[in-house]
Amino acid sequence: MCLAIPARIVELDGDKAVVDAMGNRWKAKTTLLPEAKLGDLILIHAGFAISLVDEEEAKKTWQLIAEINEFQDTPNKVSG
Amino acid sequence: MLERIQKAQNLCEAACKQLGRQINIMEVCGTHTVSIFRNGIRSTLPKGLKLLSGPGCPVCVTDQGYIDIVLQLADRDDCLIATYGDMIRVPGKNSSLEKKQAKTNVKVVLSSEDALQLAKDNPEKTVVFVAVGFETTAPATAVVVKEAAEQGVDNFCILSGHKLVVPAMRALLSAKNDKIDAFLCPGHVSVIIGYGAFAEIVEDFGRPCVVAGFEPLQIMEGLGEICRQLAAGKAELKSIYNAVVTERGNIAAQEIVAECFEAVDGYWRGLGKIAKSTLKLKDKYSRFDALTRFNLTETPGEERTGCRCGEVLCGLIEPPECGLFGQNCTPQEPIGPCMVSSEGACAAWFKYGGIRTSG
Repeated sequence: MCLAIPARIVELDGDKAVVDAMGNRWKAKTTLLPEAKLGDLILIHAGFAISLVDEEEAKKTWQLIAEINEFQDTPNKVSG
Repeated sequence: MLERIQKAQNLCEAACKQLGRQINIMEVCGTHTVSIFRNGIRSTLPKGLKLLSGPGCPVCVTDQGYIDIVLQLADRDDCLIATYGDMIRVPGKNSSLEKKQAKTNVKVVLSSEDALQLAKDNPEKTVVFVAVGFETTAPATAVVVKEAAEQGVDNFCILSGHKLVVPAMRALLSAKNDKIDAFLCPGHVSVIIGYGAFAEIVEDFGRPCVVAGFEPLQIMEGLGEICRQLAAGKAELKSIYNAVVTERGNIAAQEIVAECFEAVDGYWRGLGKIAKSTLKLKDKYSRFDALTRFNLTETPGEERTGCRCGEVLCGLIEPPECGLFGQNCTPQEPIGPCMVSSEGACAAWFKYGGIRTSG
């Protein structure tokens, strides 16, 4: 549950941001990352930006999240 | 990339040969656990290298006593329970939040802000936020407690189950499992606390600590670095997750946590009471503490009969050694929290069987 999700800040008003990851948009806050600017890529956890992140790292994490979602959605199989 | 994987594998093999005994490396992060299984990493390691899934999943380490308090509050008609989805299926004495959800006073939230908003939208109810999670998650709780105080949202409170990773690692090495040779340290916890926070494990216990990200190459290289140190008879602190982890971490997040919380002794499933391992609201914010507000005391809960999640969390047994595993306890009908959470060691073993998969 500690996994943080990369997204880009597409709107910013004070510490209230709207972020975008692969077309999905949601609200987040930059209270914990005051240096975050419009257009920055950030890591978001529980609704808060916790770190800046670069494009390459963001792509790797999106890929990982897709894999984990697949892992969670895979029907369980009994061990053999 | 293949070359780098090969290099890491060679380091692992060399360490096994050099030490001539089993090497135990523990990961203390649920996302590492899932990634290790999902990518079939165990199957690529030498036989002498064993990976242990430690207390890295917040749902799994939350004591039964805490769960029972949440369920007790969920029974009150004057309360709304706001919880992250991860906690919803954990069984308590007679029920789970999921079953209580039918009563409509249990709401799943994606952020602490949503929980505070729920309080603003429902002034006639007291909203109790089920505040679990490690250092990554605690800052988000601290922010909303401060906001609730500033904005006078008096019908909001939190039940803090926030836990600290380093005290748990100390407790493991001191009392529960001294067979752990090294730790693969959590990535996003380290974004907040900084990799420097693990220095005390290296210095006090002489165990290598390496912070790694979650993709397979990072995990393999982290294991390779640990094995390089073990083979050389060294214990060092290192982070290979340079993309987001710094030595000192996120200072703003640390400051707000320090302003709102203090570390107190707390109960962990499997590990028992650990000194200064749990975050409690400071006195100036105590009116937002659900325990104070409802005059409750958290006592250690009893584990459900036969459940060996505690031993799994300490790396003392592997999930299939538990008599309930895969029989009475499955992800559909879980008994223990390590099977409830998709990040739990038991759920990961169940899905991938601990058997060698191609990943």
